[in-house]
Amino acid sequence: MKDPIVEISELSVFFGKYCVLNKVDLFVRSLDFLTIVGPNGGGKTTLIKTILGLVEPESGSVRVFGKKPCSVAYKNIGYVPQIKTIDRSFPGKVYELVATGWSGRWKFALNDVLRQRVKEVLSTCGLEHLEDRQINKLSGGELQRVFLARSFIRKPKLLLLDEPATGIDTIAETDFSFLLEKLQKENQTTIIMVTHDWEYAYYHSTSVLLLNKSVVALGKPQDVFTEENLQKTFGHLGHEHNMDFILRKDD
Amino acid sequence: MTELLLHSFAQNAFIAGLIVSLLCSSYGVFVVQRRMSFLGDGLAHVAFGGVALGLLLQFEPFWVSIPFTIIVAIALTYLKENSSLEVDTAIGIFFAVSVALGILFISINKRYVSDAFSYLFGSILLVSKNDLLYSLVFLLITLVIFLFWWERWTYSTFDYELAKVDKINVEFDNYLLSVLIAITIVISIKLVGILLVASYLVVPAATAKLISKTFSQMTIFSLIFGVISSEVGIFLSIIFDLPTGAFIVLFQASFFCLILILKYLFK
Repeated sequence: MKDPIVEISELSVFFGKYCVLNKVDLFVRSLDFLTIVGPNGGGKTTLIKTILGLVEPESGSVRVFGKKPCSVAYKNIGYVPQIKTIDRSFPGKVYELVATGWSGRWKFALNDVLRQRVKEVLSTCGLEHLEDRQINKLSGGELQRVFLARSFIRKPKLLLLDEPATGIDTIAETDFSFLLEKLQKENQTTIIMVTHDWEYAYYHSTSVLLLNKSVVALGKPQDVFTEENLQKTFGHLGHEHNMDFILRKDD
Repeated sequence: MTELLLHSFAQNAFIAGLIVSLLCSSYGVFVVQRRMSFLGDGLAHVAFGGVALGLLLQFEPFWVSIPFTIIVAIALTYLKENSSLEVDTAIGIFFAVSVALGILFISINKRYVSDAFSYLFGSILLVSKNDLLYSLVFLLITLVIFLFWWERWTYSTFDYELAKVDKINVEFDNYLLSVLIAITIVISIKLVGILLVASYLVVPAATAKLISKTFSQMTIFSLIFGVISSEVGIFLSIIFDLPTGAFIVLFQASFFCLILILKYLFK
């Protein structure tokens, strides 16, 4: 059996009196690619932030590599945040941002070794032309891929991505999936990704978590994406969900 | 004129100006990028309460003002980290209460009203050899701290959560930064004055931001602008016998406008 990377049991998180996560159980094994799908306010980002140690649980336990999140060495975990929360007015260049992935600091100046390492990872991601570009001159999709390069540079054992595909066009999204697969293959990385894109979750992940404050369903994509589960997750919308992609796959 | 510049008070002023500008400009980049300008202004007014208490107790105002301002800086940082109370509201309250206390203390002992005014507007005549010594020691401490903390503060300034995920103790770093800014403000008020010290923290860094492509550049340019405007401002204020703090800030602001215009023209 593969090693457990993330073990969560009976996890509840409250913001004040408001319950965001209710008794969530989750087990992620080495090399899994788990996607988390759910409605807005369903606790997806909170779950990611709890695994990262940014949010303290009210009750329950979270173990990452068998340790409390705050005790895990930072280089083992890569994190691609939602880019809408990033301060675009910050004066910084792409190579500096990517270097933070390696050093865990915003370096005053980069030494030659680190600069070379940054160049290599940018070239792997096809972003060498952006190396000297200022962060505030990047498009949303470019910034997203720069953040992916930033997480690549540390070759993490666990990569967490929060809605990485938002704001990326289809061509960029294909590159993005390709890069993720490459990372997983080369570094034996386990991936957990929050996404609104059901189709992406269906075709690319090894397991899917449907989350609406508590776990609605967890398992292989073809078992999880049923009309019943989606209605439970997203509520009764009074219409059939668009499940074309499942039919296409079956065809 | 040359005689005037060779006078010991003028030399003190130039040295104090150099130290204070280096301090304000280095912390100023974080104040500007973290959008904490109002904190600078608030803490300067809090320092006024401390100065007035010192004058009332006939104790060196500097030593009363330092703990007074540090405690408020810690309280504000605590509120920011742990409370739903908006920080600018909290600053507004501390600001008003400290100024009210200051006015009360001064009115109890009216002998020191003129001294209190000197602190409000700043005066190069207030700067003593001891003040220079304290400022110099604090500048050296700042230099050492920057060697270790510049990269941590910069990272958490860019993104608080990324820094936290990378195991930087951002809460402690924020307290440290607030305390150091509080001390910088108290050290600066003799020269620049309580009313203007916040601009001293903000304007050189804001000017630097206009032309900087990286945060390291912003830090270096901020130091350069701070030192030039402070030394030229002191020189002109001595020559024309006009208030130093006001002159320095006006000079800084002109610098800011000039760069803004040049940036617009050469866009």
